[in-house]
Amino acid sequence: MSTQIPAGYKWWTGGKSPYNVSYGKLMMWIFLMSDTFTFGGLIIAYGSIRLGHNYWPDANYVFDKFPFMGDANLPLAFVSLMTFILIMSSVTMVLAVHEGHKRNKKGVEKWLLWTILGGFLFLGCQAWEWTHLITHTHPVLIDGQIREIGATIRHNHFGPAVPGLMHDGHQVHLPGPVSFGNFFFGITGFHGFHVFTGVILNIIIYIRTLAGSFDRLGHYEMVEKVGLYWHFVDLVWVFVFLCFYLI
Amino acid sequence: MEHVNQAVAITPEISFPHEPAPNTKKIWKAFWALLILTIAELALGLSHYAFHVQGWVLMFLKGLMIILSLSKAVYIVSIFMHLGDETRNLRMAILVPLISFAWFIFAFLWDGNAYRNMRNRYDVPAPTQQVAPAVVPEPGSLK
Repeated sequence: MSTQIPAGYKWWTGGKSPYNVSYGKLMMWIFLMSDTFTFGGLIIAYGSIRLGHNYWPDANYVFDKFPFMGDANLPLAFVSLMTFILIMSSVTMVLAVHEGHKRNKKGVEKWLLWTILGGFLFLGCQAWEWTHLITHTHPVLIDGQIREIGATIRHNHFGPAVPGLMHDGHQVHLPGPVSFGNFFFGITGFHGFHVFTGVILNIIIYIRTLAGSFDRLGHYEMVEKVGLYWHFVDLVWVFVFLCFYLI
Repeated sequence: MEHVNQAVAITPEISFPHEPAPNTKKIWKAFWALLILTIAELALGLSHYAFHVQGWVLMFLKGLMIILSLSKAVYIVSIFMHLGDETRNLRMAILVPLISFAWFIFAFLWDGNAYRNMRNRYDVPAPTQQVAPAVVPEPGSLK
């Protein structure tokens, strides 16, 4: 801890690491920084395109369904559950890191299992959300004809309502901006890919913990490194949640 | 090995590995903070749905949600990722490049806004309330 460093300590005189972390951890930080710029670029592009449109779908109307609840209007309820699952899995991961510092093999195993479970739960939620958006169709007025479409990267039904036009008891809308689907599926898909990778990494270190590799090595730093990646995935979700669901 | 209570084997280059925290109090405190911040964000997000706020009030709510998200990020990075326990050199190496985001965000959002203004000034306005069938021009016609 930094409290142990004497004041005026010369970090850059050679013979020691100025960052005072192992090579692997430093490289993980550098990788995460580059990944931050990738996600940042994607989200800023989304913001720029969104500001270029006069109309943009309201997240409260887009994300208002919950599994097994039928057509009940529950805006943002499901994504809140997803956010909670991801925060919870982040807590279990940091508890695994904590047990790793104490070299408690059983503790690391227990918390890693919970983290893996949280990761799978989140991925399952995302699969449901995507399936719902793609397959749940609504009447849309396209070139003077009413068509039933879902939300994909090619089209969506989140455009402004056509006043007074109903179809099978549903309000007819105009097609929403195509870039909404592009950015939503692109960015949440890229994030979901990161979660999937994180779950795979967690499974690998779980198996290595079971096999006793870290006990033989004398430290659980690998848990820390994978933990950094996992928290980063949670961190990205904070901003995906902000940009797609809240704002 | 059991007498060395440390996360990483000491090398001459790395002088002080993390010592294990005495308990998990800090972690759970961060968890509650994250949970409360998320619920506050959610309340703000739902409020502009429930009350149909517009104009500067909406801007204010969005700004507030951005600030809450940034404070969530601070908790995750400093406590969960233990960046707060690292040396100042590492903290600065990670955080200083991120300052460039301030300019990226400003420049690209400005650009998007300018694009919308140009589109509204020079393009035919997009139909928002069109109910009549669209007239598809014959191929080759001037209309």
